[in-house]
Amino acid sequence: MSSVPASAFLALALILFCIGLYGALTKRNTVIVLISIELMLNAVNINLVTFSKYGMAPSITGQIFALFAISVAAAEAAVGLAVLISLYRARKTVNIDEMDTLKN
Amino acid sequence: MTFSGEFLAFMGIALVAIIGGVLLLNLTKVVHMVVSLIFTFVAIAGLYVLLSAEFVAAVQILIYSGAITIIMLFGIMLTKHNDEHEPKTGKWRKILVFLGVLGFAAAVYLGIYNFNIEQVPTTLHENNTMQIGKALYSKYIIPFELTSVLLLVALVGSIILAKNEKKEADDQ
Repeated sequence: MSSVPASAFLALALILFCIGLYGALTKRNTVIVLISIELMLNAVNINLVTFSKYGMAPSITGQIFALFAISVAAAEAAVGLAVLISLYRARKTVNIDEMDTLKN
Repeated sequence: MTFSGEFLAFMGIALVAIIGGVLLLNLTKVVHMVVSLIFTFVAIAGLYVLLSAEFVAAVQILIYSGAITIIMLFGIMLTKHNDEHEPKTGKWRKILVFLGVLGFAAAVYLGIYNFNIEQVPTTLHENNTMQIGKALYSKYIIPFELTSVLLLVALVGSIILAKNEKKEADDQ
């Protein structure tokens, strides 16, 4: 039995998610946008692990789902960074508001 | 809510995590932002230990504080930027995004405020890694194998995307 209520973990995950969302929507550097997305994924993982311990039927499934989410997030970071580098080769910029080729 | 050792540990970890996140938003140099986020990742690993998920905590430190942070630092250094993160984003846009995120936070907080879920004693902390291994290789064997395919595809795809030197040499 834990003395920390589940809502405390959920509230912390919510705060981290909001920080990641704000960073992803306002930062200009694409690397920072990518890493903000990683922060949002981490907040979701906290929720998964929290519900694997709390509730009527706690089981290991939540932790395993968190592991799958971590591996998918790692693959996403690698591919995102590769796209970023090839985009940098083509456009010579990493600022997200200068990548507006579709606008014209 | 008593002030037990577990609660104090949770408060300290939550403080470190939130400070790391706020520093990410407020620092000016890009490298400093990434390094401040390491604090958040390590704090989240501590949170997993509190939630009796020791294996996930170890994976979190290995993958996030180790691999992803280093790969992001490589990305910053390979794309030579002017290092300073000049705030050219419009002020109105920032305010609007802040209000939107605040509204989202309030809406979700209404849902989890006083969220009283029942708690039953668990055995998750006993032989945590063995339990994960047993479940992973029996019940979740097909998603596990599919993950290996996904990682292979990501590896090959990112190498093909990032290497493109022959074309560049042709252009010059």
